Amino acid sequence: MATSDTVIEQKEVQNQADAWSGGKAPFKASYGKLMMWYFLLSDAFTFAGFLIAYGALRFSSPTWPVPDFVFSTAPFGVHHAPLIFVTIMSFLLIVSSVTMVRAVQEGHKENKNGVVFWMFMTILGGAGFLSCQAWEWTNLIGTEHMSVTTNPFGTYTENGVYLTPDGKESDETFEAGESYLIHKAHAGEGHGSGEHAEGEHAELDYSQGDHPGYFVDERGFIHRKFKVTEGPNAGEIRMEEFGPKAFGALFFFITGFHGFHVFSGVVFLFIIMINAASGLYVRRQNGHEMVEKMGLYWHFVDLVWVFVFLVFYLL
Amino acid sequence: MAGLSYEEAKKVVYKGLVILAVVTLVEVFFSLLAKGHIIHDLKYIDWLHYLIGFLLISLSLYKAYYIIYEFMHMRYEVRGLALSVLLPTVLLIWAVIAFFQEGNSWKSRRQQIREKNTEEVDELRLKKQESMLQDTYILKLEDTI
Repeated sequence: MATSDTVIEQKEVQNQADAWSGGKAPFKASYGKLMMWYFLLSDAFTFAGFLIAYGALRFSSPTWPVPDFVFSTAPFGVHHAPLIFVTIMSFLLIVSSVTMVRAVQEGHKENKNGVVFWMFMTILGGAGFLSCQAWEWTNLIGTEHMSVTTNPFGTYTENGVYLTPDGKESDETFEAGESYLIHKAHAGEGHGSGEHAEGEHAELDYSQGDHPGYFVDERGFIHRKFKVTEGPNAGEIRMEEFGPKAFGALFFFITGFHGFHVFSGVVFLFIIMINAASGLYVRRQNGHEMVEKMGLYWHFVDLVWVFVFLVFYLL
Repeated sequence: MAGLSYEEAKKVVYKGLVILAVVTLVEVFFSLLAKGHIIHDLKYIDWLHYLIGFLLISLSLYKAYYIIYEFMHMRYEVRGLALSVLLPTVLLIWAVIAFFQEGNSWKSRRQQIREKNTEEVDELRLKKQESMLQDTYILKLEDTI
């Protein structure tokens, strides 16, 4: 026993010395796979930079829009369903990650048809995720009027009660820490959250300027007025302010950058699927390594989403 | 997938699907719990928010670990490869602490500026005169050094 152990040890020392002298792969991974890992490492730092900037700016703002209020709509007219739609998006990415692992396994078995089938499933998952994101963006931009520089999602800092359109106290109260959405006049039907009574909108005068119960700015945003009911400023009449500007820029930039990764992933998956179907990787006889490298990239996209999901939606 | 047979590896994959799906559902549940969507009064308990925040971050890190180690097969790579990819990310711990601290300091600066802006003008003038005297004193003191 002892002697055989020593032999193995000696061999390992010998191997380590030889490993770096050229012609061998000390990490036992091919050049392409190793470089994919290092590319992903650098990409991880890029995303980390964005997410840390998000964190720093969020920490620097006195208030931040409450995510389960901002992301509470889903297609087909579903409102007040906090985080449900984005959970479905997460599931799509997780499932597409799993189908990608299956494609890699079939590749190791040199099963060409299996690879093509599971890669196609992965493409469907990725395309599904992108469609969901497209809907989410359309809703935020078109219906709720959020943009890179305008954030209509504000947050109350004090408890209060809204004024009616003619300037009297209504029975609509709110608490500090809750979020609101500033609607736009003449925006037509289908307001995002439906927080405010829709029926009233039609009869009221939304011309630009000051009104007893609200203020309409030059872009048509209706800032409703309210009365503070607690704290040192109790009794003061205020109006809804825009939320922190950085929110829109960070949201569109970071989820957009991630979405672009998903999009290019889908394009590359498609190319590699065609190559696999043509039998190119079978001829290479290296266990469909290209599929494996693509798998690394695809799992990384899922990995980034774990953190985007955490900071934008969960916390 | 060195070391695992095809059948074993297949099992690992579907176990992974269940783990990631369940962890995600648990995360969403706790996030909604902290915001008072499930039991309304919970949203007034401050320490619970920190506890759940910590829990959510831990669960996300676990998901990240699972994706890297099982789906990306890091578990089956040579140790040197794993270390060369994972060790550099330790720098991010510093970055998170440093920049969040910085963000917090921006916040107090902004608050200070807002308070200064709301001060009465006359009062401000008085204060300015006082501080001018102090400033000149300090300047002289520095000149002598």
